[in-house]
Amino acid sequence: MSEIVLVIGKIFLIVGLAFDLLGCIGLVRLPDVYNRLQASTKCVTLGTCFILFGTFLLSDFLWKSILAIVFIVMSSPTGAHAIAHAAHRSGIKLWEKSVVDKLKEDKK
Amino acid sequence: MIADIPLIFSLPLIISCFLCLYRVFRGPTPADRIVAVDILGILVVGFCALFTIYTPRKFFMDIGIAWAVLGFIGALALAKYLEGKGFDE
Amino acid sequence: MKKLVLGIISFLCWMVLTWTLYLPSLLVGLVVSVFIALWFGDVFVERAKNFFQIKRLAYLLYYIPLFTYYCLLANFDVAYRVLHPALPIEPGIVKVKTTLTNTTAKVALANSITLTPGTLSVKMTDDGYLYVHWIKVRTTDVEEATEMIIRKFEKVLKEIFE
Repeated sequence: MSEIVLVIGKIFLIVGLAFDLLGCIGLVRLPDVYNRLQASTKCVTLGTCFILFGTFLLSDFLWKSILAIVFIVMSSPTGAHAIAHAAHRSGIKLWEKSVVDKLKEDKK
Repeated sequence: MIADIPLIFSLPLIISCFLCLYRVFRGPTPADRIVAVDILGILVVGFCALFTIYTPRKFFMDIGIAWAVLGFIGALALAKYLEGKGFDE
Repeated sequence: MKKLVLGIISFLCWMVLTWTLYLPSLLVGLVVSVFIALWFGDVFVERAKNFFQIKRLAYLLYYIPLFTYYCLLANFDVAYRVLHPALPIEPGIVKVKTTLTNTTAKVALANSITLTPGTLSVKMTDDGYLYVHWIKVRTTDVEEATEMIIRKFEKVLKEIFE
């Protein structure tokens, strides 16, 4: 039983590390603030949640890591929303190949 | 029951941290830098989780939880700074 | 009522953090939770008695797997777009309209939008409009975008929070 739990925990850990790395590659490759914010917030949040769940399985059912998952899932999108709103308010433009900007049109 | 996790598992996280630092240095606008710093804060929580497995001590998880909460407050403060408002609005 | 709910939640957090049944530790946690409940109970959620309705908790249990599924889908979507050499993105900010009125429900909806495929909530107005940054704009119409982005969460969130 515990062998299976260890193997599942390691799989969760490896998948979480891969998602973290992909999110940071997106942070470097994508062209403007909003796209970077999307890629990195999604991938790094879920990747870190997977790492924490792997920790929960690998270190003998440590329930603190579930608490950390709840904190991260609630706080990280809120921070991303605050940064996106602040960036738009401070006048940072979208990428030049962007299709539409309804928020700017409505502000006029 | 401590699983045998080699320390090489933290290599992807280290590479991710360097990619974030690249964005902090090169970011053309202040918002890029703020995003990278926010993401760096979440990656540190992942480091804390890995150290919880790697060492027999469990207090690293408490550091991770505290870091998650403080990083969230830091992101909000930086967003307020970017918007050009005072901190009490 | 609000204070009771907040006290229970903070005491549960304390028990998970310490993870022991040693009596002095539990007493310290109880005292701290009572103080927190008395001070901050007034700024907690509006209708606290909803916490004890079985139907809402059942819908919450249904919402968690749905949300996890879309979250995984979002990650594979981002992985495809990031690793593709030509970067297949057409970003833009579109506008959607929500019918939720409760503040907690709106916050949950915005957080769900941020973590699901291709979308990021940028601004929320008081009369129910949400500005959403979409990494691959498929329509600019308000109704169609509402149908495509938030309809799947709105039904469940309405059952949970309203």
